[in-house]
Amino acid sequence: MSRIFSFHGGIHPPENKKQSLGADIRLAPIPTQLILPLQQHIGKAALPCVTIGERVLKGQKIAEANGRISSSLHAPSSGIVTYIGPQPVPHASGLESDCIVIDTDGLDEWTALSPILDYQSMNKMDLINHIRDLGIAGLGGAGFPTDVKLHLGDDHIVNTLIINAAECEPYITADDALMRERSDEVLAGIEIIAHLLKPSHILIGIEDNKPQAIKALDHALRTSTLNIDICVVPTKYPSGGEKQLIQLLTGIEVPSGSIPADIGIVCQNVGTTAAIYRAIFKGEPLISRVVTLTGYALGHRQNYEALIGTPFTTLLEAAEVNRKALFRLVMGGPMMGISVNDERIPVIKTTNCIIAATKDEMPPAQPAQPCIRCGMCEQVCPASLLPQQLFWFAQGREFEKAKHHNLFDCIECGACAYVCPSNIPLVQHYRFAKSEIRTEEFEQQKASHARIRFEARQARLEREAAEKELRRKERAEAAAKQQAERKLAEAAPKEVSTDEEKATQLKQLKTAASVARTKLKKANDALKNAREKGLEGIDKLEATILLLEQKANEAQQAWIDAGGEQN
Amino acid sequence: MSSILIAIVVLLVLASVFGIILGFAAVRFRVEGDPIVEQIDALLPQTQCGQCGYPGCKPYAQAIADGDAINKCPPGGQSTIDALADLLDVDAIPLDAEHGEEKPKTVAYIREDECIGCTKCIQACPVDAILGAAKQMHTVIVSECTGCDLCVEPCPVDCIDMIPLPVTPANWKWPAPVSDPSLILTDRGRGQLLQGASQ
Repeated sequence: MSRIFSFHGGIHPPENKKQSLGADIRLAPIPTQLILPLQQHIGKAALPCVTIGERVLKGQKIAEANGRISSSLHAPSSGIVTYIGPQPVPHASGLESDCIVIDTDGLDEWTALSPILDYQSMNKMDLINHIRDLGIAGLGGAGFPTDVKLHLGDDHIVNTLIINAAECEPYITADDALMRERSDEVLAGIEIIAHLLKPSHILIGIEDNKPQAIKALDHALRTSTLNIDICVVPTKYPSGGEKQLIQLLTGIEVPSGSIPADIGIVCQNVGTTAAIYRAIFKGEPLISRVVTLTGYALGHRQNYEALIGTPFTTLLEAAEVNRKALFRLVMGGPMMGISVNDERIPVIKTTNCIIAATKDEMPPAQPAQPCIRCGMCEQVCPASLLPQQLFWFAQGREFEKAKHHNLFDCIECGACAYVCPSNIPLVQHYRFAKSEIRTEEFEQQKASHARIRFEARQARLEREAAEKELRRKERAEAAAKQQAERKLAEAAPKEVSTDEEKATQLKQLKTAASVARTKLKKANDALKNAREKGLEGIDKLEATILLLEQKANEAQQAWIDAGGEQN
Repeated sequence: MSSILIAIVVLLVLASVFGIILGFAAVRFRVEGDPIVEQIDALLPQTQCGQCGYPGCKPYAQAIADGDAINKCPPGGQSTIDALADLLDVDAIPLDAEHGEEKPKTVAYIREDECIGCTKCIQACPVDAILGAAKQMHTVIVSECTGCDLCVEPCPVDCIDMIPLPVTPANWKWPAPVSDPSLILTDRGRGQLLQGASQ
């Protein structure tokens, strides 16, 4: 057994794990309706690949992974897709998000599965793609797509694989029950991961409050040829935090802003390993998981194997909930979980626990009182931060300073709020500050994106204007050139070549001469009229007549010159 | 006497050497444009809406650098004013109501049935977020829209709405925890009791 190190801080809240460990994992009933949120993992939401009205079989892919960090989704039971759209989802906001709803037919009819029995002889890339295709995501809590972690061996040297079986949060026993009953599946999953990542040693981190699980794992390990160590760590919350567990088992601290792979470590949750085993050896996609149903408002407090998409109502009823006693419904553990108000929300890939608590069990929060700077929060912070300082910055909206005090290293474990004698909801303050900073950064990004677009548009408009100006100039030049050419052509004496042209010209000249004569006549009439009536402008008329006479004569002359008299 | 001369010569040599270095640096490391304008521009929300009275964010940034007030940007709101005040080391002042008020973020939405395809909104959009062609229906690329309002006014059939961005789990923000005003535990509920008594 290897040496166990320690991490800063930590607390020892009441465990409350016994309640749900009295019975074996029970199969939860198939609900009449399955609600499958498209976003159950970190990354981009999956894209639906079924249509409303389509019949789907158990295990059939219903939504495709969208992009590098994403996970696909499969039908947990056979039935008909009745709705694709917003539904309440398990999220702190209580908002709705896009889901695929399947009305189950109760037949639970499987689609054709493609298990891989001899995975060792298979191309690694194909193997990882197979895992990706079956929608495996981290079952520990964050829901990080597993295939991305399995690719880490490509650009990192992975020397340690850590299997997270600590399950440090009170009430939750899903991993414990899984290890007790399916330790062989867990081990087979570990072997597959080890085959892909080729670590030099493998550590299973498990808290000492799970003796039966340790025994079961120990038993399963006897058949394994791999270098696997079971590291039993003392029970302390939050030893199951990724960075905390790494520090416990290896003594190495993951630097701020880095991922464990940067120091050669990859962590996988124990539930994920079992899911990988099922994906490879049985070809089953991730369509069910172990969920702890606990809390004193329930009649049967135990672990259930529930289909992903099962509404909480179905599970609560299966566990014989006493609705009168039910005061608060919590998804996740009591430390990091979130209170939910809507019982219709479904189990997703990351739902490890549902607590139906009575009022005595989880009384309403005491009112927050002023911080007295006692420093207890600092002593328990597992990330070695200064919680009271971060609290002041968050409260005073000094987000820049909070960021410089490494707010983003906070894992939101809630240890500080647990020990706070003033009952300050510290984690809420940090979450608020984090989301404010994230929004601001997002807006900054959007603004610089808009600026780039604006400048590009400005440049385009200028270019277009310049091009237009250039074209206008070219046109003007061409027109001037044409004008000049025409003038040149007019100035040159016209050579009349054919008789026909001569005749037309003559005709034109004749018309011109007669028009000129008519005009002269009209002008003379007008003059006469003006003289008779004594109107003004006689001089002007006389001048016009003179001009017209001249023009008429010229026209006559031109006609005669052209040979008009002869005709 | 000679020590004074030496001192003068040394100082002159030093002065000329540093002069040359400074002169070289001035040419070699010359900064194009006014860096403070760039910094101010980076803080502005880049909606290019013109509510400040300038034809875009950059001109307003230039104007601020030249001494204009920092509270003329309604889309940026108080947070932008605070950031500008921080950058320029001046007092943060409330938003000038003359230029508009801080509104929640919106995006333009074209009621596509009513669009006649006049392209006027396309010409008005400062960030090319509207897609369409003459006599074809237009539509807004939501992810590119800055919510500047500039397309609403030119539309001859008034088919553009500014709708607030929907809150989804992806862009939802954790609310600030509300602190209870009654600090003393035993005071809680007393106000309600008094109110009940007066009724």
